[in-house]
This record gives sequence, structure tokens and C-alpha cells, in this order.
Amino acid sequence: MKINVRLLVLLAALIILMPMADAYAAEDGFTSTYTYNYDYWGDIRESPDAYRVSDVIYSSTLGLEKAMRSPKSLFVRDQDLYIVDTGNNRILQLTKIGTHFEMVREIDHVTIGADQMEAFKAQSDLLKNEDGSDYTDENGSFYLKPPLGSSADRGPMVLTADGVTYFNNPNDVSVDPDGRIYVADRDNNRVIVMDKDLNYLQMLTKPTDSTFDQNQSFLPNKLVVDTSGRIFVLASNINKGLAKFEADGSFTGFIGANTVTYNLWDYIWKSYFMTKEQRSQQAAFVPTEYQNIYIDKEGFIYATNISFSEYDLLWDNAKPIRRLNAVGSDILIKNDRYPPIGDLQWVEGSSDHGASKLYDITVLDNDMYVVIDQTRGRVFGYDPQGIMLWAFGTSGVPAEGAFTRAVSIEHIDKDLIVLDELNSTVTVFTPTEYGNLIYQASEQYLLGDYDGSAQTWEKVLQLNANYNLAFIGIGRSKMRTEQYKEAMDLFKMAHDRTNYGRAFRYYRKVWVEQNIWWVVVIIAALVVFFFVRKTIRKMKWEVAAYEHSKVHK
Amino acid sequence: MSIAKSINDAVARKEHPRLNRYKETLLYAKYVIFHPFDGFWDLVHEKRGSLAAAHTFVVLFLLTYVLKLMYTSFQFITANIQYINIYERWASLLLPFLILCIANWSLSTLFDGKGHFKDIYMAMSYALVPYIIIQLPLILVSNILAFDEGSFYTVLMSVSEIWCLFLAFVGLMEVHDYGPGKTLISIVATIFGAMVIIFLLLVFFSLLSDAFGYFASMYREIVFRLS
Repeated sequence: MKINVRLLVLLAALIILMPMADAYAAEDGFTSTYTYNYDYWGDIRESPDAYRVSDVIYSSTLGLEKAMRSPKSLFVRDQDLYIVDTGNNRILQLTKIGTHFEMVREIDHVTIGADQMEAFKAQSDLLKNEDGSDYTDENGSFYLKPPLGSSADRGPMVLTADGVTYFNNPNDVSVDPDGRIYVADRDNNRVIVMDKDLNYLQMLTKPTDSTFDQNQSFLPNKLVVDTSGRIFVLASNINKGLAKFEADGSFTGFIGANTVTYNLWDYIWKSYFMTKEQRSQQAAFVPTEYQNIYIDKEGFIYATNISFSEYDLLWDNAKPIRRLNAVGSDILIKNDRYPPIGDLQWVEGSSDHGASKLYDITVLDNDMYVVIDQTRGRVFGYDPQGIMLWAFGTSGVPAEGAFTRAVSIEHIDKDLIVLDELNSTVTVFTPTEYGNLIYQASEQYLLGDYDGSAQTWEKVLQLNANYNLAFIGIGRSKMRTEQYKEAMDLFKMAHDRTNYGRAFRYYRKVWVEQNIWWVVVIIAALVVFFFVRKTIRKMKWEVAAYEHSKVHK
Repeated sequence: MSIAKSINDAVARKEHPRLNRYKETLLYAKYVIFHPFDGFWDLVHEKRGSLAAAHTFVVLFLLTYVLKLMYTSFQFITANIQYINIYERWASLLLPFLILCIANWSLSTLFDGKGHFKDIYMAMSYALVPYIIIQLPLILVSNILAFDEGSFYTVLMSVSEIWCLFLAFVGLMEVHDYGPGKTLISIVATIFGAMVIIFLLLVFFSLLSDAFGYFASMYREIVFRLS
């Protein structure tokens, strides 16, 4: 009977709440949310959607004859989106018209001018005949030497008789403002540079420098180009950081090497308790390789890193996101309680447990950065202070906005573009009102419009009352108008100790100034009281002593 | 005046001899924390301390801990008050305290210690006094400090903790009539002993629940057969 009553109450509650749920769905078109944020205690707080899927690009919507096959990377220059269709050895150039993308062209070859032919051949590691002349097949095409450690008798075809070279497993592309296209042509062991009409300009091959291990193939995975034309290449097998090439193609060393991480215990265990055989089978203490790189508008390279132990993440030794300056040190600002590491809760016990693996990063024009996680298919946004703005996304389910293997993220203005390697889809996310308000408030603050920023934060709070940054933003504005008590309450809500301390100092100062008179009065009264009491006691004692002396006389 | 006071005191002593002893042993803590070597010796060997006072200090210690969690300014403490279970926290302080006392007492035969369990418990309780007298006012102080003045808070915090540990060390030394080296060894052994006790407790409870389960299932079986 008791249970029945409970059930009835539950049903009644459901019936009452139902119209509200409908209204919510009708107003905003969505019934559920998959956006969240972490609160001060590291607990998940659901939040309104910051981004929603506005478009999904499939091979069919682009009208491609050959469907995309395991595309690996995206690049955006102005309104143009480049998709590296690795499996088909081509690069697709799309352009954004209005709200959707249209196909511009397929880039799959580079034409080499007759005057550059000899230089190109000389720079390529071509397969030779026994007499020293270049090996050619029946069509007159040239081949590379077989890859190191391979038993094949020839490597990939690298040049046709009429001076065209094709890509072989391209992994990344970059385009500079002048339209020059840089392709990390992995299995051809080169980075090839062409102009916008696909005419060959130059090529970066394995550096002959002694700092580069000559027993390793040059396998460029990712590349970025800075404003002065310097090319930074992330290559497999290289753990010294990013290979830096000058604009003229000369190799000038490595920057930003990951530091070797091992702890004392590991060291002792390996050095004293392992047999030689065990040691040789274990990986040596080597710095880890970066996963992906992005160059922001100021020329700083953001790098992500996915090989670390989860223990290091907790103590911020792993540093999965880094911002490298010219000499390669990490200058990422981390002002939150938790470092930017993606998810703080790793869903133990489920199939997609473990720390976030941040596969790619993109930096918006307002210095916010967005990373994509492959463990759970999530996207995390951070502000320049390293505070998480929002997180959304899911993996596994076949739905728009869910990823199976997200590999790359890019942005056009504030739209985010995510590439899924396994599904071969490109998903475009557009910020919602909530997402835009967050950006607007932060931008206003950076521009010095503090009051405007506070007003925008108020609007954010109306949409999400759990948003710490909003409390801090409003608190700062209150502090400027000398409403210290209100500011303190807001900072306390956001657990912002530094700002609370600052507001509290002012509050204390004002309090002391206002209340000093009665504090002084009380202290004075106490002093007088004790003085009087002491005097009275002394007098009493003197009287008693006098009486005493009389008795004994 | 002094004559009148002494008469007064005498009267009071006759009226409340136990209360007065309690008050004296309580106030003796002041001597102990500032003169630990002398203080701890007299505490147990000259009967200057009492169990009642020791219990008081333990209770005050637990209270201070809770008040600290509740009322320290959030600038200086990270406590998610929503999820804190006071009894659980108390147990996590009190059980190690008692287990360590028991372990030390158990090992005192092995180490030729002079102290009885009562003495050890009393010395350890009196060693908690600096924690109480520093951290209790510190709760108030934390509420008039700004975040960047936090070093003041943390220094006093560390002082109270180090003081307590030092007193515990000296307390054990004096109670058992050890030298410092032997005390150190006995402390290491005590920690090890505490681990053994915890292990035995775990085994005991697991066996107990197994035994209980055995009889419960036997009972069920009999009931099932009979019906």
C-alpha cells in the first residue's frame, strides 16, 4: 500500500511536470542536453548546450565519386576548409558559402616545372639502378627507395615521366595567407610545398643534420607554418620535439622537446631489480611525442600530447596541452583549480574509461582554445586562463554530434568543425545563444568593457546558474563599484579565493574605518575598568593590612 | 586577602574534592605543553593528570576538528561540507589514535616500557592540547584574514601540528622512561603494530561475517527441511 501511494505521487508529479518538459522542448527544439561543466569539486554539472550541430558533411553531400576514406586532418584558411582524405591520397578543398560548405576542388598531385625537375630528383631519395642511373618502370616513372627495414624491392612511385608527383598517405595540410599549400606527405617521406595552382615550389626531406637520427625514415605527421614561412613538422619516430625548417627549406633543429618523465621508484626498479633481458624489452626513458600541433595568430604553437600515465595527469606533470614559445618552453596559463586535461572524471569500469586523449587543438581568435578527446568523443573549451568553459560530445551512438574516432578539430570564426576518421564525416557546430554569451562576456572583459561584461555574465547566469566564471565576472564589476560585500558573496559562490581575499581586504578596511570609534571606546573602557579594579583591590588590601597590624599590636 | 582565599579554597576542596582534582589536572596541561619533559613525567608518575581530563581533551580535539571544518573561512580550507560525514571523520581520527595507543601499549613489554595503557592514553591526550588551543582561535582568525595573508594562518597551523607531534614524542619517552633513540624505534614499531592490528581486525570481521553467514544458512536449511 505504501508503495502504491509513492507511485501515485510520482505519477502525479510526472503529470504536473510533463507540460513543462514539453514547453522546454518546444522553445528550444531539443529535449536533452549533453553539455556539461565541472564545478569546484570536480563534479559534473549539466549545462545548457554551448554548441549545436548545424551541419554534417558526408561524402555524399559533397557529391564525391570516391567516398572519403579515413581522413586524418582538417585545415581552415579564411572561409576555405581543407580535408586531408588520407586513404584516397588527396586533399579536398571546400568553401563556406552562407551556412553550408561546397566542394571547390580535389588536390591530389603537384606539377613540377621542367626547370625544377633535376633539383626535385636530386632531393628525392630515388631508387637507383646498379649502374647509378635512376630506376624507371615501363612508363618512365621514378620510384623511391624501399622504406627502411622493408623487404620490398622498390618504394612508392614518386614522379611520373611528365613531371607530376602524387601524394602517398598525406597526413596534414597547411595553407598560408598567400595560398601556398604545404602537405605532410608521410609515406613519400617529405613535406611538399606548392603554390595555389598546384605548381611545385619546394620540398622538405629528411634532414642530413647529425641531430636527426639517420637510421629513421622521415615520416611527417603534422605541420604548421608561421607568419614568416617557418615550417614546424611533427614526425613519427622523433622524440626531440618539432623539426623546424626555415622558409628556404633548411633544417634548423628541434624545438619544444617533451621532457623525460620517470619517477624515482621506476628508476630504482629498473636499475637494480630488473635483469638485462627485462630491461631491453622495456621501453627506455624517452620523451613522448606530441600528438598534434596548432599555431595561433600570435605565432605560438599549441601542442597536445596523448602518451602519459594517468598518475602524471593528476599532478599536472603530463601537461597534455602546451603552448610553446619560440624556444620551446611551455607557457600555457593554468589558473584554475584543475589543470586543463579534459575530463576530470574518467568513468571507471565502463568501456570508454580512462583519461581524455586530446587528439587535436584549435585556438579561436579570442584566444579560447578547444580540444577534442578521442576516449569519449568530447570537445572541451578553455579560456586563456585555463578555465573550462564547457564540455560536450559523446561517442559510440550513431547520431549527429557523436563521434566514433574524432581526429581533428578546426574553426571558422566561432563555428567548430570536427573530423571523424572512422565515419568519414565532418561535423560543424555553431554556438548557441548561451555559448555566444560566454564568448561575448569574456571578450568584453578583455577589451576593458567591465560593466558590459558583467551585464553579459548576468544573462549567462540566467541560462546556467552553475557557471562560476559568471559569478567571478559579476563579482569583479561589483568590486569596481565598491560593493565589496556583494562581490565577496559572488566570489565565495565561485570559490574564487584570490578575488575573495581582495574584496575582503577592502571590506575589512571599510569596516574598520566605520567601526573604529566604538572599538576604541571598548578598549578604553576595558583599560579603565582593570585599572580601577586594581586600585580598589590595592586599597582594600592596605585597609586589611592595617586592621591586621592593629590586632597584633 | 590571601588568607581569605586559602580558606575559601579549603572549603571548596572539601565540598567538591573530585571537581577540584579535575580542574587541577585540566589546568596542569598548561604546564605539560610548555615543560614537556618535566610535565609528562609528573603527569603519570606523580599522578598530576587524570583520565577525566584526558577524555576532555580528546572530546575537545574532535569538536575543534568539526568546528574547523564548518567555520574556517573557505579561503583557507577545502572541505565540501555537503558530503562530510562527521561521524566518519571522527572515527577516522579516533580509531587510529586508539589503535596506535593500543599498539604502543602492546609493544611496551617488548621494549621494556614502564607505562600502563592508562598512562599512554593520558600522555597522548595531553599532547593534543596545542591543537585545541591554537586551532580553536585560528577559526576566528581565519575569518578576519584575506587570502594573501594566508601564510600567517598556515604557519600557526603547522606550529600546532608540529608541537603536538613533539609532545607525543616526549610523552612516550617520559611515560616509558626511554631515551630518544629508543622512542624513535618504538614509534616505528608502533606504526607497524597498528598495521598488524588493523589487519587482524579485518580478518576477524571477515571471519565473523563468514561464520554468521554459515549459521544463518544452516538455520534456513533446517527451517526449509522441517516445513
